[in-house]
Amino acid sequence: MAKYITKRILLAIVSIWIITMITFFAMNAIPGGPFNKEKATDPAVIKQLEERYNLDKPLGEQYVIYIKNLLHGDWGVSLKTGRPIWSDMINKFGVSAKLGVRAAIIAIIVGIILGSCAALTRNRLPDRLIIFFTTLGTAMPSFVLATLLLLVFCLWLGWFQVFSSSDPNYTLPVIALSVYPMAYITRLTKTSMLDALNQDYIRTARAKGVSKLKVIFVHGLRNALIPVITYVGPMVAYILVGSMVVENIFTIGGLGSTFVTSISNRDYPTIMAVTIFLAILMVFANLLTDVVYKLVDPRIKLD
Amino acid sequence: MENKEVKKSFLSAQVDLSKFNAGNFEKATDDEKRQQDVMGESTTFLKDGLRRLRKNPLAMGSIVVLVAIILVILVAPHIVPYSYDEVITVNGQRDKTMTNLSFMCYSDKELAYMEETGEDLFPHIFGTDGLGRDYFIRVIYGTRVSLAVGIVAAIMVVLIGIVYGSVAGYFGGKVDLIMMRIVDIIYSLPDMLIIILMSVVLKEVLQGKLVGTVLDRLGTNMISMFIVFGLLYWVSMARLIRGQILTIKNNEYVLAAKCIGTSNRKILTSHILPNCLSVIIITTALQIPSAIFTESYLSFLGLGVSIPLSSLGSLANDARAGMQSYPARLVIPAVIICLIVLALNLLGDGLRDAFDTKLD
Repeated sequence: MAKYITKRILLAIVSIWIITMITFFAMNAIPGGPFNKEKATDPAVIKQLEERYNLDKPLGEQYVIYIKNLLHGDWGVSLKTGRPIWSDMINKFGVSAKLGVRAAIIAIIVGIILGSCAALTRNRLPDRLIIFFTTLGTAMPSFVLATLLLLVFCLWLGWFQVFSSSDPNYTLPVIALSVYPMAYITRLTKTSMLDALNQDYIRTARAKGVSKLKVIFVHGLRNALIPVITYVGPMVAYILVGSMVVENIFTIGGLGSTFVTSISNRDYPTIMAVTIFLAILMVFANLLTDVVYKLVDPRIKLD
Repeated sequence: MENKEVKKSFLSAQVDLSKFNAGNFEKATDDEKRQQDVMGESTTFLKDGLRRLRKNPLAMGSIVVLVAIILVILVAPHIVPYSYDEVITVNGQRDKTMTNLSFMCYSDKELAYMEETGEDLFPHIFGTDGLGRDYFIRVIYGTRVSLAVGIVAAIMVVLIGIVYGSVAGYFGGKVDLIMMRIVDIIYSLPDMLIIILMSVVLKEVLQGKLVGTVLDRLGTNMISMFIVFGLLYWVSMARLIRGQILTIKNNEYVLAAKCIGTSNRKILTSHILPNCLSVIIITTALQIPSAIFTESYLSFLGLGVSIPLSSLGSLANDARAGMQSYPARLVIPAVIICLIVLALNLLGDGLRDAFDTKLD
């Protein structure tokens, strides 16, 4: 077990290292430097500026300096606002996290409930309805759902206020973000629940007189939930990426919309910092998922 | 002695011969013998799978929907006289009232022109957009682009995945170990972020370098998407193929082929890969919608196909600005994306049920 965990941690570190390499060298491949202005600047001034920001050094050395700064918590300065990126990023991430955590919790809870219902009413009406709607849910990109929700519930029906930071109402964005993972978890729970209910120990438990409810929720569901754990990592990635469009559509000032605006503003240091930050989050979510998965299910072979 | 008939016990299982006569014990004729040899018609793996697929109404419905969509996008550009980037003119003159028309409507100038000349102009089936372009044909081209991106990306993923996975699986040992470590690392990279990053970078790097080529029309964003698909998305395919090959390569017929001196390449292509076909087909069918998803997502972020070409995602994004006044322009591409992805997903599920006999 310890060997497996060390291996996974090493792999995660290698991934993050590769991501920093890709981002750094990709950003440096873009023609033009930060001091290229419309008006010609005195070459001596540019030379001094480049020396000041270490831009005259070879690329490899610049990378080492960048990583060193990163490890010390210096994520660079935004070209757009001129402020340090880190503090902005953490503030914005707080907003995104509020949205993302709610979406994740709702997706997991509703998904598991719907999935169990579908498994218990197999091939009957509730099952068919649930499967119909979840199939629909997995076929709808989050931006389509988000814009349609905005159109119908904010503009036509007027049930919800359009999102504002002074009076935040997360209902619609959370729905838009959680439908896809919820549908996925529902389908996952259904298959693993059906699988679990056909096991011998379920029959044994029923035979020795355990009540049906207890069998379903204690013996069945607990085992059915193990495969659901594997989806947590991909779900975190989906929510982080999905929040970019959802935040943009609902004009929520989170990390996702910051990323999108920094792309259109060509604010390279911010793009770089946010990419690395999100990548670290995703890699760790995957790491955690894998380790927890092996911990809760000792039957799984460690390779 | 008289052969006295013994009274048969009620529970006896002995055959009661008195019920038969000599006629019952005649030898069977050749014709009758042949009747015993009747066997089910022999089927191939493909036929068997298709039979099962045909019984699945959802999968068949998806095929119908997909074929209908493909027919429309192939035929429509030949019928509709407008082009996707054409600002519609009446009699060679720009028409200011042409913008934002509703379904099947004509502008005032067009009506006047038709009355004057008696000529029938082609109707604007979905109306026109804010610049006075025919929206129907834009949707048609958008669907073309989205589907083409999905299919090309899926083919790329399949090809790379098959080559990589089969080499790793077939040769095994150290080769496999190293190749699979690489897959592990690539698998853990967040693909969407890298696609966005590469789009941003390639947009700047390739700007102006592609003018005049076919790639220019598609735009640097699509190229970067394909590059990243080629670099990252094949890993799950490679893993699947490798797993399949690991089990298949230990079969006797592979050993037999090796014994008679068949080359590795021949064994792989004619003995092993055909047996992975079901997995390959299913994964490809499910890969297309995921590529369409990615493309529409990028287009929505403004990182998709370059203007004036449209894709379903970019159409939806453009329609967002006027969605209160012209909701149809948002709803149409949205519905088409959902329809395509839904049909492909259901078809993929149907193919899995039909061809993957191991899953029951």
